[in-house]
This record gives sequence, C-alpha cells and structure tokens, in this order.
Amino acid sequence: MTENGCEHRERVLTMDTMNPNIKRVEYAVRGPIVQRAVQIERELKMGVNKPFTEVIKANIGDCHAMGQKPITFFRQVLALCSYPDLLEDSKFPEDAKSRAHRILQACGGGSLGAYSTSQGIEMIRQDVARYIERRDGGIACDPDNIYLSTGASDAIVTMLKLLVSGEGMSRTGVMISIPQYPLYSAALAELGAVQISYYLDEDNCWSLDINELRRALQEAKKHCIPRALCIINPGNPTGQVQSRQCIEDVIRFAATENLFLMADEVYQDNVYAEGCKFHSFKKVLFEMGPEYSEKVELASFHSTSKCYMGECGFRGGYMEVVNLDPEVKVQLTKLVSVRLCPPVPGQALLDVVVNPPQPDEPSYDTFIKERSETLATLAEKANMTQEILNQVPGIKCNPVQGAMYTFPCIHLPPKAILEAKEKGQSPDMFYCMKLLEEKGICLVPGSGFGQRDGTYHFRMTILPPKEKLKIVLAKIKEFHQHFTDQYS
Amino acid sequence: MSENGALPHRGKVLTVDTMNANVKKVDYAVRGPIVQRAVQIEKELKEGVKKPFKEVIKANIGDAHAMGQRPITFFRQVMALCTYPQLLDDNKFPEDAKNRARRILQACGGNSIGAYTTSQGIDCVRHDVANYIQRRDGGIPSDPDNIYLTTGASDGIVTILKLLTAGEGRTRTGVMISIPQYPLYSASIAELGAVQVNYYLNEEKCWSLDISELQRSLQAAREHCNPRVLCIINPGNPTGQVQSRQCIEDVIRFAAKENLFLMADEVYQDNVYAEGCEFHSFKKVLFEMGPEYSRTVELASFHSTSKCYMGECGFRGGYMEVINMDPEVKAQLTKLVSVRLCPPAPGQALMDLVVNSPQPGEPSYQSFMKERTAVLSALAEKAKLTEEILNTVPGISCNPVQGAMYSFPRITMPERAINEAKAKGQAPDMFYCMKLLEDTGICLVPGSGFGQRDGTYHFRMTILPPTDKLKIMLNKLKEFHQTFTQQYA
Repeated sequence: MTENGCEHRERVLTMDTMNPNIKRVEYAVRGPIVQRAVQIERELKMGVNKPFTEVIKANIGDCHAMGQKPITFFRQVLALCSYPDLLEDSKFPEDAKSRAHRILQACGGGSLGAYSTSQGIEMIRQDVARYIERRDGGIACDPDNIYLSTGASDAIVTMLKLLVSGEGMSRTGVMISIPQYPLYSAALAELGAVQISYYLDEDNCWSLDINELRRALQEAKKHCIPRALCIINPGNPTGQVQSRQCIEDVIRFAATENLFLMADEVYQDNVYAEGCKFHSFKKVLFEMGPEYSEKVELASFHSTSKCYMGECGFRGGYMEVVNLDPEVKVQLTKLVSVRLCPPVPGQALLDVVVNPPQPDEPSYDTFIKERSETLATLAEKANMTQEILNQVPGIKCNPVQGAMYTFPCIHLPPKAILEAKEKGQSPDMFYCMKLLEEKGICLVPGSGFGQRDGTYHFRMTILPPKEKLKIVLAKIKEFHQHFTDQYS
Repeated sequence: MSENGALPHRGKVLTVDTMNANVKKVDYAVRGPIVQRAVQIEKELKEGVKKPFKEVIKANIGDAHAMGQRPITFFRQVMALCTYPQLLDDNKFPEDAKNRARRILQACGGNSIGAYTTSQGIDCVRHDVANYIQRRDGGIPSDPDNIYLTTGASDGIVTILKLLTAGEGRTRTGVMISIPQYPLYSASIAELGAVQVNYYLNEEKCWSLDISELQRSLQAAREHCNPRVLCIINPGNPTGQVQSRQCIEDVIRFAAKENLFLMADEVYQDNVYAEGCEFHSFKKVLFEMGPEYSRTVELASFHSTSKCYMGECGFRGGYMEVINMDPEVKAQLTKLVSVRLCPPAPGQALMDLVVNSPQPGEPSYQSFMKERTAVLSALAEKAKLTEEILNTVPGISCNPVQGAMYSFPRITMPERAINEAKAKGQAPDMFYCMKLLEDTGICLVPGSGFGQRDGTYHFRMTILPPTDKLKIMLNKLKEFHQTFTQQYA
C-alpha cells in the first residue's frame, strides 16, 4: 500500500510489456550526446560557468538552424498560399502569385487546410514528374508513380514496411551501407527485419565495391531472405558521390540477385567535388536498356530538407516507384490512405522546388543568386573542412564530395579506448562526449552510423557559417591534440 | 532466361505473396473503394460524360475546408507572418498576430519554420498546449513534458498503439475499440498485428457506452489475447455521441480495475451541439476522481488541428498528453519519435495559435470570436437539420448528432436488396451506397467500413456541405431511399 492507502498497482505499459522491437531502435543523430548537449545549453542559460559560451550543434543536417536563409521565392509563394488575401498585395511578384494561385486551385475549397488525396495533390505529382523528366534527360516519368510523403523518411519507412515479411530464416533481409544514415537501422529494428550490412571502402573515398555487396549477400542468404538493397547517393554520413559506373554495377547486381532497389537521393543537388556528378538511379536504369528498365524494381526518394532549400521543418518529400507490381501498388496506395495525406504546406513547397522561377520570370535572378550562393558556400565549407581536418595528426578525412557532412577517421590512443570500454561506452562516444563537455561542440560518434571494427569516426555537419566553422575546426584540432597527449 | 540469355527469368521481388502480410489486412473505408469510384465519376463528368447529376458531393470525409468552411483569419495571418517574416513590417497585419509570429519564430532554429524542431515538438508550443489544457480542465495542472506534438492526431495514436503491441498468440496485445469506430484504429491494429477487441455502443440509447458491454467484451477477449488498452472516441466518430460525465467516470473506473491503458481520442472536443451535452476531458474527470485513480491510471489523450472550428486538416497538426506513463517507457517513446525527426513545423505553429487564440482586449479578438462562433453554430444547425430530415424518411432512423461532424443513420434494407448485394459479394450497405453514388453523385461511406451489429446497416455522412447544399443532398437521399425501397420491395 502507498502512503495514502491507495493500492499499489503495476503499470500496464512497462519495459517488460512494451513492444520489444522498439527497445532495439537507436537513432544516434538525436541520441544521448544530443540530450547532453541540450542539458548543457540549459546550464549555460542558467549561468553555469563553462569553458565555452555556446553549444555548437554540428550533429544534425539542419541548415536553417545553422543560419542558412530560406529561398525568398519559396517563402513568398507559401505565404500567399497560407493567407490568400496577400494575392492583392503589390509587394509580391507576379510569378509567385501565379504559382500560389495554381496550387490553391488544386486544393479542396482553395485551401491549404483541406486534406489532399493520399498520394498527394495530383497537379504537384505531375510537376514532380516533369522535373524528373527534365533532370533525367527526357526519360519519361509517370505522375501515377509519384507518391508525395512527409519527408523522405516517411516514404522510406513505407517501402520497408511493404517489403518486410517471412519468419526466421525466411525473414526479409535489407542491405544497407556501413556507414549508413541510422533511419535505416532504426526502421529495420522496429519492423523486425534483418539488417544486412555492406561496407563502403574508406580507402577509396567510401566507394561501393560490388565484391563487398556479393560477400554481404552470400553471408546473409544463410539466415534470411535478402529482398532489398538500399543505397544513399550522395552518401550520408560519408558524402561520397557514386560514379556512374558504380551505379550501373549496383543496378546489374540488383537485377541478377533479385533485389528491390531503394535509392535515397535527398542530397542530389549537394555535389561539390570536381569530377563528381549526380546520376539518378532512374536515369541510369533506363539508359541501360529494357533488359533492366523493364525489370528492376526501384524506389527513389527526394526531400525538401536538404540541397539548397534546407526546409526540414516542412516535411516535404516524394518517392518515385518504378516497375512496382500493380497489385502491390494498390496495397501501397491503400496503406498511405490510412494516414490521410502528407502535410499540404510541404506538398506546396515541393511544387515550387520542382517548378522554380524560369529565366523569363521576375523572380529568376534573385532565385538563382540565392541558390548559387547557398550551394557555393556549402562547396567552400566542404573543401575547407577536409583541408583543415587533414592537417590534424590522427585525423584523416576523405574528400567531402557531396551531401552535408564530414565523417573523418580518428585515431584513438589505446588508453582512451580502454577507459571508454571500462565506462561501457563506445570509444568514439567517449571522445565526442569529452569534446562536448570541453569545447561545447556536439558531433555524432561514428558508432551511431556503423564502421569497421576497430575504427573510430565522428560525423560533423559542414553547416555552421564559414567563420564559425573555422573556429569549430580549430577547436577540434586543439581538442584532438590535447586528447591524444592526455591518453598517450 | 530472357531472350538474349543475360538475366535469369524472374517474377518480381515484391508481390502480394512476398509482401508484408499484415498490410494486406489493412482497410480504410473513408478513402476506400467507394471514394475511388467517386473520383472516377468526377473525371468522367469533367470529360463530358452524361450523368443524372452535375457534381459529386463528397460527404465521405471530415474535410471542412474542402466543403467550403473558411479558415480562421487570425490563424492564417500568423502562419503567413511565420512563413515570410518580411511581412512583420507590413502594417496590414494586426499587432497580436505579429507578436505570436515573433514568439513562434524565436522558438525555432535560426528563427525559421524551416528548421527541424525538437522531436517532442517546439518547447514553447508544448508549454502553451499545457496551459490550454490547464485552463480547459479548470486548473488541473498539465506538465509540458507530458505533451508530444504530432503529425495530426493519427500519428500519436499509432505511436502509442505501437508501444503497446507485444506478445505472441494468446499473449498478444488486445486493443478494445468501439463498434462503430473510426477505421484508423482497425487499420493500425491490423498493421501492427495486434488483436482488435470490439465493444458495441448502444444504438438504442444514442450510441452510449455500456460498462456491462465493456465487461462482456473483455471477458471474451481474455480467452484468446491479452487485452491491454481501451480506446474511446469522445465526441464519437462516426456516431457523434457525447459521453456523459458519469459514463467517463465509469470507463476510468473500469480501466483502473481491469488494468487497461486508456486512449482518449478527443479531436472533436469543441464540436458539441446538443443541449444537455458537454465535453468532459478524460484528464479532467480522472483527476477529479482523486489520487486513487489520478495517480495510477495510464492515459493518453489526443487532439488535432483538423476538426473543431479550425478544420485545418492539411496542416497535420496535433498533440497527445501522456499521464502516468512509466518513465522508462517514456524515454522509449521519446527515442521512437526522434527517428522521424519532428512533426511539421507549420502544424506545430498552427497548434500554438489554437491553444493561444486572441484574448479579450486584443485587436483580433472580435473577428476571431465572430468567425469561431459562426463555424460552430453553422455546424450545430446542420447537425440538427440532418437528424430532422433523415428521421422523416421511412426506413431511415437517425440518432441525434450530439457532436463531431457526422451522422450515422441506420437504414432498413429490403431482403431482395440484401440478397442481390450478397450475390455480388458486396456488403449490403456498400451496395446501397454505390447505387446512391451512381444515381445521385452523393458519396457516403457504408457502415460496414466502421463496424456495426450483425444484420444492421448504416452509412456515415458528414454534415459539412454548406446548409443549402446539405438540404438538397438530404432530400436527394430521401428520394433515393424511397426509390430504392420500392425497387427492391
């Protein structure tokens, strides 16, 4: 009995009675180190003395939070859609007004507040299809194969859901790169699917080796049924931009080995390195001819969160499905209908992303200027990051070819590794925690993404403004040298 | 082998045989086959195909704006200001709208609604939600840390059901849900592979909830599963009943005694029309019942920006409040929602305005109240009108629409019609609704999509079309029913 005489009752929902799969879910990008960072921010606010005045959150690909500005045109159109009275306001350019008008006409009752069809506003799907066609040199895209989604994450999880079946040795296996963006590992854990890890080649700029794919697959066949192959290009956390040859090889591999291909292409505009170019899986697939383009099942994902838009909070995204079994497609459409529809503001945003100002339109110059500046700044920071980190003895950084992160390899002294293990911490978590406490810099340890045994990394975004980034990199350099000395 | 011998001949990787078996069991009637047919008919009308009607009236879904309801001006002003902060310099916007926009933007990363928010939702918005709940519930405290903002209420509901689903075979989680119910529940239960445990609402008593029926259902369920949770929708969907305070107390007592996690879906909390009916939140009643209950019963309550007087479905705004959740499970919940990063920031901002609307003395107060009142009284009027007209139709019996946005009348179907339906492999009320659609262009959802007692038939119709159109629709329905009855006599 408790103090006031009430019967002590065991809760219905406890660690023992809850869904066991959820306990296995981890998502390092917002995991324990970020929770500590938030706590430290509170302490700073309360006036606690620290060796730094602010926490720099270089853990998450959140552009606006790090000072990147939204694209003016996009926000104008969205404001007009939100409050159509502004269509009378002469302060807004005609091209913004005509897009807003067009979007609103496609909404129930002319309002962003109406539900849309579950697959997403038809007109927007048509615009997305045309964008894809332009991007892919004219290869046809059917709007009916486009599903708008609540960020790319939503669509990725939906496809994984469809693919997961079987039990024990016949359970669905899903191939994913190591290192990977931990949405994949988290979703696979939640769905109770089997994660099949294939290692990217750190010594070769994180490129993908078909031999390694083959090895991983062979191994996996012993204990599950591999059904899907996921690839992130440009890569997260590794930033590599796969060569066209590599993409062809992956498609050929998927075709030969009967694997459903999932191509996460949310960083498709974030390509910096000379000689690197984004090739969509869809385009390469079709350029390989009907033997492949009529057979390989492919789902490609894109989002409004990255590239030059950085509109993470809007949760805009889409996927294109190619060669999906028509009966399965019906099931997919039914499944997404249960959640009614993706957020309409995000759908509207996506529409202007795929339908930006054209050369003859009033907003064109400003739009191109803003877009170019954002992408050029990212390219500059990618280069600078790689250069500075490679000057640090014990840190080795592959070129940041694309995306928004650096994933350098850090050498940790054996003493440090030992102390970490005694604390029950991954050595790179131990390192990152110390970095956070001493310098106020929040990164994510490589163990949160996966890495070869005995290697350690961290993922840092290249998003802070240039001057701040320089300071961050200098502090990391200091810290690493001090840490190495301390544990030598 | 293919023609050139290069690739192995194969069927697809992902087929109805290899796909997730649970997903095949999912159905969601609100956007199911009848709606697909309605959309097809709309296309045919556009192409000039001749029909006995000029437009399809989509009375299948609770989509207020699509049926002509206007958004609240103040809300959209603030949303525009948040979206394009240059407008903060524009003197066309009232100060109270600007203040709210500034406050929201200050709480966003980089002062932009394009930044990710914390996964639980923007801190200051959760504080405002907690304050709203406290005011609504006569001062009973609400801890912002127990508030999770969500992508519509559906998101929160599915997340909690996910946490609760465990066990295998006879120990598999059973989820109690009303019949009739909003089919998000049955769909999610099917997808998660949990066990649906039906308890029937009492049609003869205005769809009220009977504790003895809860008891019966629970006993039966315990033979084949592990019932862990009791879901209740109040005000009800599709049935529209507003549960009495006594009933809510009884449900809480039942949940406490039988060790059930309570899920209270309260998205229609402002949609209460009938005299003598009042919305009582489960949270408030729980706490008014004293610590014996308020310290033990595990409760999750859900709300949304999609219904009430806002009707902002497309923004996907929502929240849930969790009470007495095990702290370790709460940590798991927080971890789980972090994987999807955050709910849409525009929806969070909108929710902030809903719980923090213009106050007396503020410039926007008058027009805000005027708009809100107009929407709610129009709905009340239409609720009454619907009930009245439908009850004049021999063979249609409509309970009072006490709240929410739907009527769920019972229809008498001639034997011959029932037989013809069954011969076609169709639920009889689907057969009825399909004919209604083809003959009049009116799209409703058959009762079989929500659940009903065996041998009874219903349809769910929204009360959302503008009053004049609603009158026309109800009269067409009346005509159709009479013709249908004669045809199959």
